[in-house]
Amino acid sequence: MSLRATFRALPTLLQVGLASAVAYRAEMLVWVLATTMPLVMLALWTAVAQGAPVGRYGQPEFIAYFLATFIVRQLTGSWAFWEINLDVKNGTLALRLLRPIYPLWGYAAESAASLPMRCVVSVPVAAIALLVVGPRSMTHDPWLWLLWIVSMIGAWLITLLVNLLVGCAAFFLESSVKLMDAWGVLFFVLSGYLIPVDLFPASLGRLVDWLPFRYQIGLPVELMTGAHDPTTALSLLARQWTWVTIALAATVLMWRRGVRRFEAYGG
Amino acid sequence: MIHVRELRKYYRVHERPPGIAAALSSVFRRRYKNVTAVDGIDFDIRDGERVGFLGPNGAGKTTTLKVLAGLLHPTSGMVSVDGHEPRRRQDEFLKKIMLVLGQKQQLLWDLPPSETFELNRAVYDVPRAQFTETMRELTDLLELAELVKKPARTLSLGERMKCELAAALIHRPRVLFLDEPTIGLDVSMQAIVRDFVKRYNERHGATIILTSHYMEDVAQLCPRVIVIDKGKLVYDGGLEKLVARIRPGKRVVFRFAVGVDQRDLASLGRVVRHDAGETVLDVDKDAVTRVVTQALARLPVSDLTVENPPLEEVMSELFSRGRHAGGGAAP
Repeated sequence: MSLRATFRALPTLLQVGLASAVAYRAEMLVWVLATTMPLVMLALWTAVAQGAPVGRYGQPEFIAYFLATFIVRQLTGSWAFWEINLDVKNGTLALRLLRPIYPLWGYAAESAASLPMRCVVSVPVAAIALLVVGPRSMTHDPWLWLLWIVSMIGAWLITLLVNLLVGCAAFFLESSVKLMDAWGVLFFVLSGYLIPVDLFPASLGRLVDWLPFRYQIGLPVELMTGAHDPTTALSLLARQWTWVTIALAATVLMWRRGVRRFEAYGG
Repeated sequence: MIHVRELRKYYRVHERPPGIAAALSSVFRRRYKNVTAVDGIDFDIRDGERVGFLGPNGAGKTTTLKVLAGLLHPTSGMVSVDGHEPRRRQDEFLKKIMLVLGQKQQLLWDLPPSETFELNRAVYDVPRAQFTETMRELTDLLELAELVKKPARTLSLGERMKCELAAALIHRPRVLFLDEPTIGLDVSMQAIVRDFVKRYNERHGATIILTSHYMEDVAQLCPRVIVIDKGKLVYDGGLEKLVARIRPGKRVVFRFAVGVDQRDLASLGRVVRHDAGETVLDVDKDAVTRVVTQALARLPVSDLTVENPPLEEVMSELFSRGRHAGGGAAP
């Protein structure tokens, strides 16, 4: 499908994706509760910082950091992996391949469609964050807020593309759930989701700078909380978008090779 | 419309013996074997034809359909559908075809079918006016009015299949591949689906290729059948001709006013079934008139019918011949 035709179909894809996302209200609530880990970490780290600051983080900084983490995770999350992995295993990918739209667009649209529901959760948290920590814990630089938007798009794209890439591994491995689990472990530890990356030892910190995980969570959170000047922010953004490009190329390559191997199991 | 030459499709499958030792050893060393699903078949299908693909389980029917629909890449051979090479899955090609899989659904499970219809309208870029007209036609023919607003998961199997067909036809495909479209449906729903498919073919001149284990589907819908067994094409032609070739005889069904001894029937033909309700004989085609005349003269016949042998038995005999002789009926 041409790009123009795909964009014409996109509003309907998003609309149907949103309708699917809200079909199960109870599941929605459970899903929201399942992503509250940053709030747990908030309680933990503020307790640690009660006596003395940890690095540059005192209690208000930890509160700001983990509330921002919660918001970033809500707005950049993607669970497309489960869909694609199941579609490949069960052969239901066949139904997507029959449609004249690149299936990866379909997965992306479904992922993006749940964004409004996530906003319902994250906007009140953002409001609470402002009330609790006050506006001084967030950046005041409009330039940095602009970069933050770009970093959020980049973070969402890396997360989505990694989901698709690992999902595509199912073409070769029959199931790629364990691969996603392994990615998940590295993501939780190295992305800044549980521990701010500037608290890592220097050598590990340097390594994290070159890995993709920080650019999924840490960078947007750091930009929100004013941790970087515009020059550093731009340099980190360049690394983030390099990862977007790598993940995109790898996903498209893996997809093309995988579809050739696809065996459309079942009648 | 469709041209297939020397089509071959092999699958590479992992195999291991049962047991925990074999399971553990397969972690370190896997054994694979090539399975031949389709083994060098050729056929042509004209525009607007209705063709049935027949064959036992694992014969290669569904694999062939999936290759024709562009879902599977052939191992070798040439496939052309309306001038397109299916495996390239160009948009132009995808807009001309549709594959309905009886055991898989494209309806969005948690949403009403109307949402899937709208999604397909957008994805296939169907103009709004054409969509409205098509939906009106499909709603009338398939009696969908009551169904389209209920979540798909709450519909019965038959209701879902009606909606699946509607979703498949929104872009008015010129080639419709149907893989077991009536599987699991009750007899009346099977008839509705068959009738609808026939009408769609007649109204829009679409080419229909069908696989089904229900011989009635094939008998009612397909003047031409292609029989595949072990990946090879064993027959391509009219259904009547196939029946006449495999089972040239006729089947005579008698109902008697009073009980009749089986020994009195032996001279008439081969007794297939004899019970209180009904007696079924297989007789030579040329002997039908004599057998009927003798039976009417000698036995208390209350009713009789002469019919072709059931298609299921014809197919079963065809496949059994194939297994014993390594081949089947020549096209």
